[in-house]
Amino acid sequence: MYSFHYRRPTALNEALAVLHADSEAKMLAGGQTLIPTLKQRLAQPTALVDLSRIAGLSGIQKTAEGVTIGAMTHHADVARSPIVREVIPALADLAGQIGDAAVRNRGTLGGSLANNDPTADYPAAVLALNAVVSTDHRSIPADAYFQGLFETALEEGEIIVAVEFPQVDKAAYAKFRNPASRYAMAGVFVAKTAAEVRVAVTGAGQSGVFLWEEAGDVLASDFSPAAVDKLALDPSDLMSDLHGSAEYRAQLVKVMTKRAVASIA
Amino acid sequence: MTATDASAFSTVTPIGAAVRRKEDHRFLTGKGRYTDDFSRPGQTFAYFLRSPHAHAAIRSIDVSAARAMPGVVDILTGADLAEDKIGDLICGWMIHSKDGSPMKMGSHPALAKGKVRYVGDHVAVVIAESLHQAKDAAAAIAVDYEELPVAAGLATAQEAGAPQLHDIAPRNTAFEWELGDRAATEAAFAKAVRVVSLDLVNNRLAPNAMEPRAAIGEYDAGDEAYTLWTTTQNPHVARLVLSAFVGIAPEHKLRVIAPDVGGGFGSKIFLYAEETVCAWASKRVGRPVKWTAERSESFLSDAHGRDHLTHAELALDAGGRILGFRVHTRANMGAYLSTFASSIPTYLYGTLLSGQYDMPAIYCEVDAVYTNTAPVDAYRGAGRPEATFLVERIMEKAARELGEDPAEFRRKNFITKFPHQTPVILNYDTGDYAASLDKAMQMADIAGFPARKAEAARRGRLRGIGYSAYIEACGLAPSSAVGSLGAGVGLWESAEVRVNPTGNVEVLTGSHSHGQGHETTFAQLVSARLGIPIDQVTIVHGDTDKVQFGMGTYGSRSGAVGMSAIVKALDKVEAKARKIAAYLLEASEGDIEFKDGKFTVAGTDRAVPFAEVALGAYTAHKFPTSEIEPGLKEGAFYDPINFTFPAGCHICEVEVDPETGVTDIVKFTAVDDFGVVINPMIVEGQVHGGIAQGIGQALLEGVTYDSDGQLVTGSYMDYTMPRADDVPRFDVGLTETRCTTNPLGIKGCGEAGAIAAPAAVINAMTDALGTEDVPMPATPATVWRICEAQAAARRAAE
Repeated sequence: MYSFHYRRPTALNEALAVLHADSEAKMLAGGQTLIPTLKQRLAQPTALVDLSRIAGLSGIQKTAEGVTIGAMTHHADVARSPIVREVIPALADLAGQIGDAAVRNRGTLGGSLANNDPTADYPAAVLALNAVVSTDHRSIPADAYFQGLFETALEEGEIIVAVEFPQVDKAAYAKFRNPASRYAMAGVFVAKTAAEVRVAVTGAGQSGVFLWEEAGDVLASDFSPAAVDKLALDPSDLMSDLHGSAEYRAQLVKVMTKRAVASIA
Repeated sequence: MTATDASAFSTVTPIGAAVRRKEDHRFLTGKGRYTDDFSRPGQTFAYFLRSPHAHAAIRSIDVSAARAMPGVVDILTGADLAEDKIGDLICGWMIHSKDGSPMKMGSHPALAKGKVRYVGDHVAVVIAESLHQAKDAAAAIAVDYEELPVAAGLATAQEAGAPQLHDIAPRNTAFEWELGDRAATEAAFAKAVRVVSLDLVNNRLAPNAMEPRAAIGEYDAGDEAYTLWTTTQNPHVARLVLSAFVGIAPEHKLRVIAPDVGGGFGSKIFLYAEETVCAWASKRVGRPVKWTAERSESFLSDAHGRDHLTHAELALDAGGRILGFRVHTRANMGAYLSTFASSIPTYLYGTLLSGQYDMPAIYCEVDAVYTNTAPVDAYRGAGRPEATFLVERIMEKAARELGEDPAEFRRKNFITKFPHQTPVILNYDTGDYAASLDKAMQMADIAGFPARKAEAARRGRLRGIGYSAYIEACGLAPSSAVGSLGAGVGLWESAEVRVNPTGNVEVLTGSHSHGQGHETTFAQLVSARLGIPIDQVTIVHGDTDKVQFGMGTYGSRSGAVGMSAIVKALDKVEAKARKIAAYLLEASEGDIEFKDGKFTVAGTDRAVPFAEVALGAYTAHKFPTSEIEPGLKEGAFYDPINFTFPAGCHICEVEVDPETGVTDIVKFTAVDDFGVVINPMIVEGQVHGGIAQGIGQALLEGVTYDSDGQLVTGSYMDYTMPRADDVPRFDVGLTETRCTTNPLGIKGCGEAGAIAAPAAVINAMTDALGTEDVPMPATPATVWRICEAQAAARRAAE
């Protein structure tokens, strides 16, 4: 780890001021990715702006449309929230599958979304549920938010405040873990509303989370595992590495989609 | 089995009692003291600049900018080693090639001299006031590398035109060794009715001890003596090598302390560059020098294990009996020959190729090959897992080709008469292989397997079952035997039993515990023998100033060899105590009986407890000191007369999900014959740990380098260590034939699981998948690829 300044503001404006004054400062929102990166000397920020003490950034609220979760809410709190379990149980299930217990106690929703790791779990839920990412000065719909590997619509110094998740008729998350890292190799979140079915895939795409639109279309008319069986996901845009070829990931996406559908069909 | 607290035994803890480990309270409450827990006054911190290239010439190293950085105490390179006439690291086992020539040991300096040969090779060391300062300065060292072509692959490194690592070793070949009778084996194949052949890869593993390697070197200018605290499995051998070969200091001016050590699995047997440099540099800088590996350094620079390419053929007669076995193995040595590297694919591998079977003729050839990768040396099992994997895979394949039941095919080829001389040096003293097979088959419910397989098939799952009837040679080893085979050291063990005046006992052992539970097992032996409570016995090890000499712990030798030395010393203690007791009881020595901790005059109720005799020995009031020396302290060296031969049968049952390639081990049965067991709970724990590592090799673990020699599996993000949910519940059982060649009848248990499990798992996988071609690690992606290819073939056939 290199030396850096540590700031822990208690107000959003204070955090924004530090970040706008120093483009080399980084936000610390749980640190489950950032701290290991710093320890390996792979990043050298001038300052860390710890968001954990800013009032109003964490907590879970039931709304008319669904549930709103503060950006600094820990995964463990989402996993065991009675509100989330009631309104979108699949989201609580997903949160309970992130990393291990230590990661879930420190990692946050906003931290995960801002980092947009291609193997993170939350992006699949946000995209499939068509959630809205609220920041310090605007609202970004999920379809516009994710822009590639570790790339998002966030501007320099823009802070995620909360995420609004709409309630859906049915949803489920099925994940196949990388045997070594236990990150998703294929994480599929299926969300069904009266209007449509959205199938979001994490862990497999070369450009991060994506919507498998063909599966959504088929499932909209026949919400069954058998409907997915007939599909074949094109592997050309999928990741290929030591742990599995693109073809294998295409297969895993299909199987996880089937299993997610089977669990709620 | 029921566990019992050691402290619950107010009197004697018998051999065979499953007492809880005495050392665990210390470990579990954070009171263990590991090398990194020690801090010395004025200590500095070492950071090693490592090669980013797999193969490069070093044109120059410019340390001037780095030297000026804050906190830098010194920066040392290979040139400084040369200036101090520090010798190379050595390989301590001489192997001769078929043509009689000695092995070609490439120069292995602790800091590179002109060339680097693997990613992670040691280029320079920065010694600074803090670790961060050392790292900052290391980044400022300018090394001018001339990158060289890389020989990263074992399969191609011997080819003409492959990049050469060491001038001394043409074709990157350290030796071409043979064992067995070539002509007799050729004759056996000439009359064979069937020949079964098999090509295997034994995957490279990273040892991953929980505690990374660490060292503190300290030089005392007043005494002109060094102390080295380090994570070694054999402190005396480390001192011997540092003194006699590397030339740091004479033995009497070098103290090596191995305090609590958190796992070794072989990787801490060896003398590495970092520990050597810490000792040497402490005099150069005049201050203690400390280094602790980060996990990524462990992946790069701890000696790896396994890594064989093998072609084997088994000759069978018309009745399915083995006539001969011939094997050609290429063994990856990595970039340098590590401390015992040459012995692993030779005398710890070729000698085990007879397995549990009566094989009239065996011929084995092994090429040891340099590549631009980390050195490869002993890792839990060390040669014997490679032998078992080969033998048990080809036995399974042979049974299938013959259409015979794999258990019965094994059974009819079992050795049943003992002692048994194999064609590959070893002479098995005893064993009952049918007994462990039968017990394992019964525990594994072999009879119910077809029904389970059919039920799984209805769920779309593929079930398979696999056997591994393994044998290993432990109790390393008769010194004259290993000496004749090229070992640079003897492999006896020492013990000293010090009885204090109040009757409690300290036992000094030359073996070393780094997780094996010696503090309990050894104390159990003393307690049972002297009739004193186990908590009155302390085991001392791991310090060359306390224990005079010893060979350390590896190869499942501490029970069979180390405890035998303790028995010998206890014999002497008892003999002397008996003389003293005779004086105390005013009886003739011949009438004294020693039982239950009391010396009794036979046929009377006149008795004196052991503690009173101990006190009598030190007061020396009641016996003539002209005849009997005061005190009660005896030492012994025990040299084994043969190896020991633990053996057993492991059975694995798997279920494969062809949709995802995921393998679920639904049942794992292990029946082992370890001879006499001192503490069944510790033995069971050793079996569990070994199987977990064996399953790791079969399904999860594999070190991967790319074609440029870059380590792809350099962290736990990519190297799959077994986790608790990766391994099943283990059903373990024991059979017992006493070892006939040591006083306790012990064979050893530390490596059995890692030796037996890979073949059991892969035999089950090949059974489930209906193909012999299932490589290790059989990851989900690999298994799915096999299933998918089979499905494609079926589709094409339709």
